[in-house]
Amino acid sequence: MFELLFFSLLNGVVTGLLLFMLASGLTLIFSMMGVLNFAHASFYMLGAYFAYTISTYVGFWPGLILAPILVGLVGAVVERYGLRHVHRWGHVAELIFTFGLAFLIEEVVQFIWGKDTKAYQEPEVLQFALFNFFGQDFPAYKAFMLLISISIFVVLLLILTKSRIGLIIQAAITHPNMTAMLGHNVPLVFMGVFGVGAALAGVAGVIAGPALGTFPGMAVVLGPIVFVIVVVGGLGSLVGAFVASLLIGLLQTFAIALDYSVNDLLMLFNITTDADSALRDLWTLSLPQIAPLLPYLLLVLILIFRPTGLFGKRET
Amino acid sequence: MLEVNDLHAYYGKSHILQGVTFNVQEGEIVSLLGRNGVGRSTTIKSIMGEVAPQGSVKFRGEEIAGLKEHEVANRGLGYVPENRDVFPGLTVRQNLLLGIKNMKDQGRWKMDDMFDMFPNLGRRADVNAGVLSGGEQQMLTMCRTLMGDPDLIMIDEPTEGLAPKIVEQVGDLLSEIAKRGVSILLVEQKLAIALKISHRLYVMGHGHMVYEGTPDELKANEQIRKEWLEV
Repeated sequence: MFELLFFSLLNGVVTGLLLFMLASGLTLIFSMMGVLNFAHASFYMLGAYFAYTISTYVGFWPGLILAPILVGLVGAVVERYGLRHVHRWGHVAELIFTFGLAFLIEEVVQFIWGKDTKAYQEPEVLQFALFNFFGQDFPAYKAFMLLISISIFVVLLLILTKSRIGLIIQAAITHPNMTAMLGHNVPLVFMGVFGVGAALAGVAGVIAGPALGTFPGMAVVLGPIVFVIVVVGGLGSLVGAFVASLLIGLLQTFAIALDYSVNDLLMLFNITTDADSALRDLWTLSLPQIAPLLPYLLLVLILIFRPTGLFGKRET
Repeated sequence: MLEVNDLHAYYGKSHILQGVTFNVQEGEIVSLLGRNGVGRSTTIKSIMGEVAPQGSVKFRGEEIAGLKEHEVANRGLGYVPENRDVFPGLTVRQNLLLGIKNMKDQGRWKMDDMFDMFPNLGRRADVNAGVLSGGEQQMLTMCRTLMGDPDLIMIDEPTEGLAPKIVEQVGDLLSEIAKRGVSILLVEQKLAIALKISHRLYVMGHGHMVYEGTPDELKANEQIRKEWLEV
């Protein structure tokens, strides 16, 4: 039991930090523009595909650097020549724009790389078990994912809280007009944050591609979960995104790992159920079966009982 | 230094500025007077590019109408808004740092100057600006703009809602600003402070200038004061 908890905890943290890389960019972009970027998970997918292509020529490591830069550039171009023009027509137009962009990116990905899963793999140097605990291996690649995610979180936090550009970003997020009147190029800051947000999603794609699979549906798989995180954490709150990412990561991992059913729960209270009962399917319903539902259940509960999210200030 | 010619501005279909013409010379303190709603704040916002202007705005001979806010600011124009727009989640020190345009050459004003002039800001340098009193926030907003070393500073209603003692401090700061060679365009409703410190005054009514003169001339012109200034 202990090793199950230990590995679930580790896997939950790995998943949570990976989700944070996506959620941090999304929540920063929302803070600035007041609009949810539906295409955010598409940048994550682009990161994986760019890295896959680069890796076929020069290997995994150059892809880890180059792919996020390319995704960041795509993000900056989208902001500069797309969103900035659509902005004048209001938030609904922006939402529809990002929604359409998500479909466009998915179609382009299928057009260029096809519909099958790509053989994008972790580098050979990381294909070993980092340690063995109670007979179970912990892959070195997962530790690498953990390391990259934590490093990015620390760097992001340092930039936002300790640097001049971080100060300008913080000011521009809440008071864009006043920040511009002090001589700061706010549109450039917005483009930069959008680009960096996209690049962060790209990094997540690069490192998640080999672990979770590189296929055209990967954005659709992760996208909704990232929105859940941003809403649960509180729209626009970086701390909230961090806490909610870990919460959802752990929730998902533990729900899959702990194989308990409603029957088991009832047994605790000495309640036995009839195996031939019409409700048999309900009694045998297990935690792993409902695991995919849990984040959305949490979303609904948060929206009902705390619409601002755990750490947010604005209502969703 | 600043030449505004036939400036027009609109909010939706409302024609707010209807041909505003005035100028501010090097080292001058010029006040823009008038009742609420005549377009004084809109005039400043149009110069800064926050409201889209039509007409001509020249700063040091260069046409700046239509430039973006940060481009106008970087040409040497500073703006202190009426609503004391401090960044509430950032500290006093961080607010002041954000005012600096060029970290290598800060120009006329250093952070210590601000703390010398307003010891309260110095004492609360690491406190979030959102918890300062109204007067302290007003000082901070003015000091933050000064940190960008503007050649002309446009200040919108700096004494609005302040206690008489703080109004006096604002007056002292305006004099200090002028002493360091910065021109001032002051939007004020309080006639007393404008008459005391200004070199020239303009009176606005219905979206354009209705009077221009020196403080002594305005003091002597009861008709203008009654028609356009007194409530």
